[in-house]
Amino acid sequence: MTDLTKLTIAEAREGLKKKEFTAVELAEDYIKSMEAKRALNAYVCETPEKALEQAKASQTKINAGQGGDLEGIPLGIKDLFCTRGIATTACAKILQGFVPPYESTVTSKLLAAGANFLGKLNMDEFAMGGSNETSAFGPAVNPWSKDKPLVAGGSSGGSGAAVAAEMCAAATGTDTGGSIRQPAAFCGVTGIKPTYGRCSRYGIIAFASSLDQAGPIAKDVRDCAIMLKTMAGHDAKDATSAKEAVPDFEKVLGGDLRGLRVGLPKEYRADGLEAEVAAYWDKAAAMLKDQGAEVVDIALPHTQYALPTYYIIAPAEASSNLARYDGVRYGNRVDGEHLEDMYVNTRTAGFGAEVKRRIMIGTYVLSAGYYDAYYVKAQKVRRLIRNDFVEAFKQCDAILTPTAPTAAFAIGDENMKNNPINMWLNDMFTVAVSLAGLPALSLPIGLNKNGLPLGMQIIGRAFDEETVFKTAFVLEKQAGFKGVK
Amino acid sequence: MTVDTQTVKRVAALAKLKIDEDKVAATEAEFNKILQWVDQLKEVDTSNVEALVSVNENFLEMRRDEVTEGNQADAVLANAPQKEYGYFAVPKVIE
Repeated sequence: MTDLTKLTIAEAREGLKKKEFTAVELAEDYIKSMEAKRALNAYVCETPEKALEQAKASQTKINAGQGGDLEGIPLGIKDLFCTRGIATTACAKILQGFVPPYESTVTSKLLAAGANFLGKLNMDEFAMGGSNETSAFGPAVNPWSKDKPLVAGGSSGGSGAAVAAEMCAAATGTDTGGSIRQPAAFCGVTGIKPTYGRCSRYGIIAFASSLDQAGPIAKDVRDCAIMLKTMAGHDAKDATSAKEAVPDFEKVLGGDLRGLRVGLPKEYRADGLEAEVAAYWDKAAAMLKDQGAEVVDIALPHTQYALPTYYIIAPAEASSNLARYDGVRYGNRVDGEHLEDMYVNTRTAGFGAEVKRRIMIGTYVLSAGYYDAYYVKAQKVRRLIRNDFVEAFKQCDAILTPTAPTAAFAIGDENMKNNPINMWLNDMFTVAVSLAGLPALSLPIGLNKNGLPLGMQIIGRAFDEETVFKTAFVLEKQAGFKGVK
Repeated sequence: MTVDTQTVKRVAALAKLKIDEDKVAATEAEFNKILQWVDQLKEVDTSNVEALVSVNENFLEMRRDEVTEGNQADAVLANAPQKEYGYFAVPKVIE
């Protein structure tokens, strides 16, 4: 029999229905792949017995002609999602040993749809990072690495690497400033951050609550559509979750793009954008035009302020969210003589350098005397950034940009290590979308001269993932990208 | 805006973090580099702009103030580093 890990979710779904193979065989092939590729450090916790048990139950349902939309599909879960009875650490030292007594809403929905979970995936500590290097478990390795190990991107680096290396059929990710899209681009796979509010944040360990969104990383556009349909939907347990009906995203795939206007923001031709990336951007625009879309130039004038705005708002919210790690209710405690000492010892030993950096910035911008100058100022600029998109979407229906300014870089890159701002610049094309709360998908467009994948980002109006999927599906077909693992 | 050593120490104390004496200078320098970078926001005229707190501010709603999933003390305490008599236990508090 052929290796079942080569199949997309859509293909596996057909094969299971036609009884070409069983859910157990499918799970077994992925478990073999997961175990064979441990050097990639994509998984931080493997749960093969649980996956097989779930796969057996799925097969019983399939045999009875029943089953959900993801019946028997093996998935990897980012370690930020609380999974009942399975260690969940956010790849943070301070949360080692935490076993949630409850299930996140998104993973509950995936389980209810029949999926099985192979394990928990590597990520930057508390999702703070762009390379997976801040993980307490060490970095995930990009499966496209040649002579030296490259980063898988971040923060959902384990998700990107596991999907690219066929260690799961698809994975969950979360995106606060680019954490689904950038690793998807670096690993040559597809990922979508839906509109803020589309997926419930209940049970997802909080980083920056006004920005955090869950979404899938998968092998192609169709699989992302299948995954998101199950993951999305209103949840009374998350006050910011939206009541909008969840469309069947798969239904919009196919057809040409006649009547669609695609915007190219001139501000994204920034310094630091590699010539090859710019060339692929032009090529992608030409492909969409070829398929009937009208390509228009648009302006997003506040683009350059998106990163500094993000690096005030996200740390501010993070410093508040991470106040809960005090050694009292869960996680690692480091004792002290008095309560105050215990707090300080626990947090000083438990948090890594990047997380401490962001807690400090956040604490500062929220502190008396600086709140208006930094935090409120950033919130005002955030409105201007969102207004830019509102104006732009009067002239177009979707926006096309590169996902990241470069391809994957080396693990331990000196330039990134010596200046945190250099690492943050990786998010230059993804953070504005996050601040505006809009849906955006990254798909692979081709390889650079070093044989590394590059991603294109398609941005849509709020709650219009359908146009994003439709456009991405056409571009995917035109680009004809073939993953090499 | 720049911060001095005292401010760095005060922020660390507010955040319940300890910075080793030999790392204070480096932390201060990095802090100032970051603040200098975010200071570019000052160029933006925001005089008539309302702060954006949440992108979906329109659909926040009230819910009934009632117990939904109560009586789960064991689950709540399951991950506690130290518990006694059905409570979280902490070192003595000295004020």
